[in-house]
Amino acid sequence: MATDPLADQAALQGREAWEQEAERERAHGIGPWRLALRRLRRNKVALAFGFLFVLLVACCVAAPLWADRVAHTGPNENHLSDTIRVGGETKNVVGLDGIPIGPTWRGEFFLGADSNGRDIMVRLLYGGRNSLLVGISAALITTILSIVLGLIAGYSHGASDAAVSSLLDILWSFPVVILGVALGVALALDGVDIGPFSVSGDSLLIPIFVIAIAYVPYMARPLRGQVLSLREREFVEAARAQGAGPLRIMFTEVLPSLTSTILVFSTLLIANAVLLEAALSFLGAGIRPPNPSWGTMIDDGVDRISTAPHLAIVPGAMLVLTVLSLNVLGDGVRDALDPRANVRLEH
Amino acid sequence: MRRFIVRRVIQMVLVMFAVSVLVFLIFNVIPNGDPAVRMAGRQPTETQIEAIRKEWGFDENIVVQYTTTMKKVFTGDLKSYFTQLPVDEEIKKGLPRTLSLAIGAAILWMVVAICFGLYSAVKAGRFADRFLTIIALIGISLPVFWIGALLNHYLGFKLGWFPNGGYVEFTKDPVDWFYHLILPWTTLAILFIGFYSRVLRSNVLDTINEDYVRTARAKGLSERRVMVRHVLRTSMIPIVTLWGLDFGAVVAGGAVLTETVFDLQGVGQYAAEAIGQLDVPPVLATTMFAAFFIVVVNAIVDILYAYLDPRIRPQ
Repeated sequence: MATDPLADQAALQGREAWEQEAERERAHGIGPWRLALRRLRRNKVALAFGFLFVLLVACCVAAPLWADRVAHTGPNENHLSDTIRVGGETKNVVGLDGIPIGPTWRGEFFLGADSNGRDIMVRLLYGGRNSLLVGISAALITTILSIVLGLIAGYSHGASDAAVSSLLDILWSFPVVILGVALGVALALDGVDIGPFSVSGDSLLIPIFVIAIAYVPYMARPLRGQVLSLREREFVEAARAQGAGPLRIMFTEVLPSLTSTILVFSTLLIANAVLLEAALSFLGAGIRPPNPSWGTMIDDGVDRISTAPHLAIVPGAMLVLTVLSLNVLGDGVRDALDPRANVRLEH
Repeated sequence: MRRFIVRRVIQMVLVMFAVSVLVFLIFNVIPNGDPAVRMAGRQPTETQIEAIRKEWGFDENIVVQYTTTMKKVFTGDLKSYFTQLPVDEEIKKGLPRTLSLAIGAAILWMVVAICFGLYSAVKAGRFADRFLTIIALIGISLPVFWIGALLNHYLGFKLGWFPNGGYVEFTKDPVDWFYHLILPWTTLAILFIGFYSRVLRSNVLDTINEDYVRTARAKGLSERRVMVRHVLRTSMIPIVTLWGLDFGAVVAGGAVLTETVFDLQGVGQYAAEAIGQLDVPPVLATTMFAAFFIVVVNAIVDILYAYLDPRIRPQ
């Protein structure tokens, strides 16, 4: 691959070069957001993967279309004793030895069937809906909770900072998977009542809530640190001198300065939430069968990997594509906004 | 320094207490339904439930319940109502396996990540750097249990290059122990290699511009010597701290998925199987011990760090 001299130089000298370039571009009188957008637009790889993610989401949203028009079956419909004609031959959907049919590459059973004779392509799309729904909503809740907690802890000295910070420390002591599993198991048995709402054990709300909680400390702690330094800055001082109250300062002065961190975090957060959902479902503490999700499908597939490896490969590949596209996009967003941001999540 | 240690240890004990309360709340208070029924597992009899309710004191007030639970966890009095086996013995049995997995994987990911990260930084912007960046991004996007299952199936079962899961004790046959752990180590290390090599790359790129590196070059040192003795050394500090914390996290929970896939029968797999059966006592105990382990490891890392770098000792 030919190296273009500009990128070469920028990478070789790290931060310094990035700052010099930013300075040059700032001299042209472009605002920081336009600048970031321009940098992101130049990053073709990140854009391509961002497009891939949108495409994957669109496919999953369109799951009923595929199910009704092309495959003519639902995600939980068994076809154990059905036969299908492939290339002039009549084949059992699930063979007499219990081995399901592989990919037919036609409308029905496009990617084959699972051991219950369910259409994998249909389940893959519906499962993607669940996985993405859980991932995106969990990431959203984590983001909101982290912003609120980070602002409260960072802006107010004293008791509320101590309370929030130690709560975050305690949550942070749990490995993400373990906390997710403990909450998932405890809540899934009989559900939970939160005030007037009652949630049943197999509801999607449980994995959403569990994943959201597990990731809060990873985002709230760095945000608190940033707020801590922002509150000493002159523009906050100026707002305070003008008589703005703490709430107003938090939301109109401090919050906008956090936007780039929040953006970078939330992209990567979706990727990690989708992965954690799969891990929890794989362990049996996430989305409950027969609801399809990529995690439960991989779990099914791993059990039968020696006879029908496509059962594990297909949903796993989908999961990897989704997470990879989000990771590459998130990386690009970070490079465009603030390459020094050190974002770290575990799964 | 002594004051710092004392303070850190007190803080550690407080966090442990809070963690234990949280775990207690998660299993005994937050969920709906009768905790005795939940403890009893899938198909309990009425007398069993009554016995459990008495044993755990579920009809008493919450403080008594908490003390009973803690006493049970720490005196090794906890047993699974599902398998009737005592929980502490199962954990003791699995611990060497979990540690074998975690230690080997930690060494592997550190060594490989240093090579990748340093090479990537030296070749920054070139093809090799971009290639390694893509590899690292793929690495952090792979679900551990999926890639583990595929490696196990194709390299272990189909090609027969590696044993198809299982564990051999080190004291029995070190070579076979190593052979059985190659795939699990690789699987567990992939994610961390991706992450560490990227952190190291950016640290190295930052250090390269430092004055003392320029001085070292001006002195006429060879490029290799400058890189290894001056740049790499400084760039390693934040990574070594991370390494300690991640090792704790892997022992305490990260190994769950890898152990399950490769049938290593460690603590993680024990917990995973209990989860599958919704068997609460083992899940309760492993969660509690996992969090305690992390809290202790974090404290040790902090104290070591303060010992190495006096600047962060609070006055």
